[in-house]
Amino acid sequence: MPTATAPDVGTGAPVDERSSLRRRFDHAIKPWRRANPMARWLVIAGLLITSGFGFLALFPDVVAPYGESQYQYVVGTTDETGPGGEACGRGAECEQIPRRAEPGAGFPFGTTSARLDVFSRVVHGARVAFSIVLMSTALAMGIGVPLGLYSGYRGGKLDRVLVTLMDAIYVIPGLLLAIIVAFVLKQYFAPGLASAAIAVGVVYVPQYFRVIRNHTLSVKEEPFVEAARSMGAPPRTIIGRYVFFNVVQSVPVIFTLNAADAVLTLAGLGFLGYGVPFPQAEWGLDVSRALSDVVSGFWWTAFWPGLAIMLLVTGLTLVGEGLNDIVNPLLRVKGFKGKVPKRGEPTPEAEAEVERQMSQTAKRENA
Amino acid sequence: MTAQPTPREPSGDVLLDVRDLHTHFNVGGGVLSGGGDVVRAVDGVTFDVRRGEIFGLVGESGSGKTTLGRTILGLAPATSGSIRYGDHDLATLDEKRFRPLRRRLSMIFQDPNASLNPAMTIAQGVGHPLRIHGITSDRAATRAKVAEMLERCGLAPAERFLDQYPEDLSGGQKQRVVIARALVTEPDLVVADEPVAALDMSIRAKVLELMMDLKDELGLTYLYITHDLSSGKFVCDRMAIMYLGQMVEWGDAEGIYDDPQHPYTRALLDAIPLPDPSRKGRDRQLPRGEIPDAVEPPAGCRFHPRCPAAFEPCGWEGRDLVDAIEERWTSVGEDVFERELALVGDLQKAAVGRDEIRFPAADAGALRSWLEDVGPQLPAAVASGIDTVEEDGSDVVVRFRWGPEPGQQDVAGRRVACHLHGVVVRPDGDHVGTPPADRVS
Repeated sequence: MPTATAPDVGTGAPVDERSSLRRRFDHAIKPWRRANPMARWLVIAGLLITSGFGFLALFPDVVAPYGESQYQYVVGTTDETGPGGEACGRGAECEQIPRRAEPGAGFPFGTTSARLDVFSRVVHGARVAFSIVLMSTALAMGIGVPLGLYSGYRGGKLDRVLVTLMDAIYVIPGLLLAIIVAFVLKQYFAPGLASAAIAVGVVYVPQYFRVIRNHTLSVKEEPFVEAARSMGAPPRTIIGRYVFFNVVQSVPVIFTLNAADAVLTLAGLGFLGYGVPFPQAEWGLDVSRALSDVVSGFWWTAFWPGLAIMLLVTGLTLVGEGLNDIVNPLLRVKGFKGKVPKRGEPTPEAEAEVERQMSQTAKRENA
Repeated sequence: MTAQPTPREPSGDVLLDVRDLHTHFNVGGGVLSGGGDVVRAVDGVTFDVRRGEIFGLVGESGSGKTTLGRTILGLAPATSGSIRYGDHDLATLDEKRFRPLRRRLSMIFQDPNASLNPAMTIAQGVGHPLRIHGITSDRAATRAKVAEMLERCGLAPAERFLDQYPEDLSGGQKQRVVIARALVTEPDLVVADEPVAALDMSIRAKVLELMMDLKDELGLTYLYITHDLSSGKFVCDRMAIMYLGQMVEWGDAEGIYDDPQHPYTRALLDAIPLPDPSRKGRDRQLPRGEIPDAVEPPAGCRFHPRCPAAFEPCGWEGRDLVDAIEERWTSVGEDVFERELALVGDLQKAAVGRDEIRFPAADAGALRSWLEDVGPQLPAAVASGIDTVEEDGSDVVVRFRWGPEPGQQDVAGRRVACHLHGVVVRPDGDHVGTPPADRVS
């Protein structure tokens, strides 16, 4: 052993007995623990709302009394009773859902002129919204993130071409672009979930690309990237293990903010008739179909899907803004000590910051 | 690494042989303006590193020492020249063929806070070179090797550090991790780029000591890059003093400290603060001003505008005269300044060339005699380089003497590039003027 076996290493801290997995987990959630409570509450509130809709999306049949396109229900029992109204044509005694029933006991959100239960449509709409938002953001991420990484790392002409291309896409307003893509896709595919997801997804590719590319540009100048080169790592490894893991933390933020925006874009598409086709329950489509009802005083057909859109967008935005606070250290409120079970005293910076804030408050009071 | 590595004898055979190495960078030059300027960060450097020694590269920031280190490791592309390492010429190897050699050539970086990947644990980060080069194939073997290296580098018990992230460690500990990462592949040559500059004073000595111990244990050769001559003194066997991309003096380190042969070396040594009050007010010859812009380095000897010992052949050129006149004007009285400004006119309007400078003057005769009178009083001995002062119509043309760029010559067992030891011309240098008849062969 070298004689220089450092005495400065023994800082007196006990050997950490936590398992390596546990430490990795602790490392991953460190920003969460250090974040200020406001940001954490934003995320928690947003997650509550979003997961409520997530439950509806996963188990619509548990919550909704009727199917999304069901206009009649079984009243009498026959040997062929199905769970829904499927048996109606085959001898079961059925009753039609009333038209334009006001919100009440049997139909909590009322019914439409087409004898559809608004509550069931709203619940089923969550499934469409979630699947399209997930598919479209996965698409945008799947294209934008690798392209941004590659373009940022390689630089040069390819980078310029891609940046120009992405900027060209970015200048087109999101909804307009989605309509154009949906319109083009209509020529080749039957409208449905997939084509709506593509139309919405294309809108968000440039955002992932730009954020990841710019972040990559700065990370690749870090000495640890040069260190990786100097130890002989090929570019693929450098991008994958050195750059990617240092830029990936901005992805959840873009993801949630985009997801909120995607809900709106999807609703806009549906409202204009370029989204998923009718029998499927989609909130924007329902609002658009309810337009004439509003004129004649049936407020409930448009109100509930609209409220659902607003709530889900709010939930996702709260998560996104909260995460942004947590992940982006520049936005983090300094001086908050967090709930990190530190073995020592608060950091000097934190103390200095608290003092600074106190003196500012004092100044304000004096003034 | 076996438990008992066989230390290679510092037998003195050449490990690295660098010949006339150039590394130039293009700077500026947008899409429309085309080429832009060229910075000659490393400009014709020749030296060799012997196995088992510590070779120091010393210079101010901007002297090209880091670029030289990076070029040797293939991190900056060499423009021309050769770097012999075994059977390879590192200057011409492409990235792909260089890669297998990288386990034998490692680098220790200056800032331990930035040179470790924050997203990797210590075990992953230090073990990664092993995985890249296929030295170990499974996780357990990698961890074992990493743990051994960490303990060797003074991070014991290693288990405490393996699953930590860099942010959990102190600066000194991080630098030990960086050293462990550089040494884990059992390299021959380690380029240490200011390895202790970012550390606290109290830790520097320990880390340096660790590096020295590891060198003896593992039979390493260091290329030690530093701006700190005083730490180099304790560390280096041989060293090179770099200035603006060139080596002004290189050779035996002890000799350089005891008897510097280049004025720049002397100036650097004089700049070392000494805790000795009796030396207060000693005659320190510090270089004037700042290190010049590397885009347009001075012609002739690159150090001449700052050199306290500069004389005739050092390469005086047009802009030196402009600088000297401006410097004079900062120290003379206002009346003198007004009178001389009227005589010389706006210095911006002078046509400044390398071999001559042309002043458009209202009264050419008066300006000529002023230049002849005042010239010797100008700072920086610029007048010694003036060959002729002539009137040409209403202009006054000052022509400069032959000022060749110095080549290297043997002085006191070292290689020194300075005209004080006799004018030696560097064949591919930037010279001022034309050689006198007796120098044309």
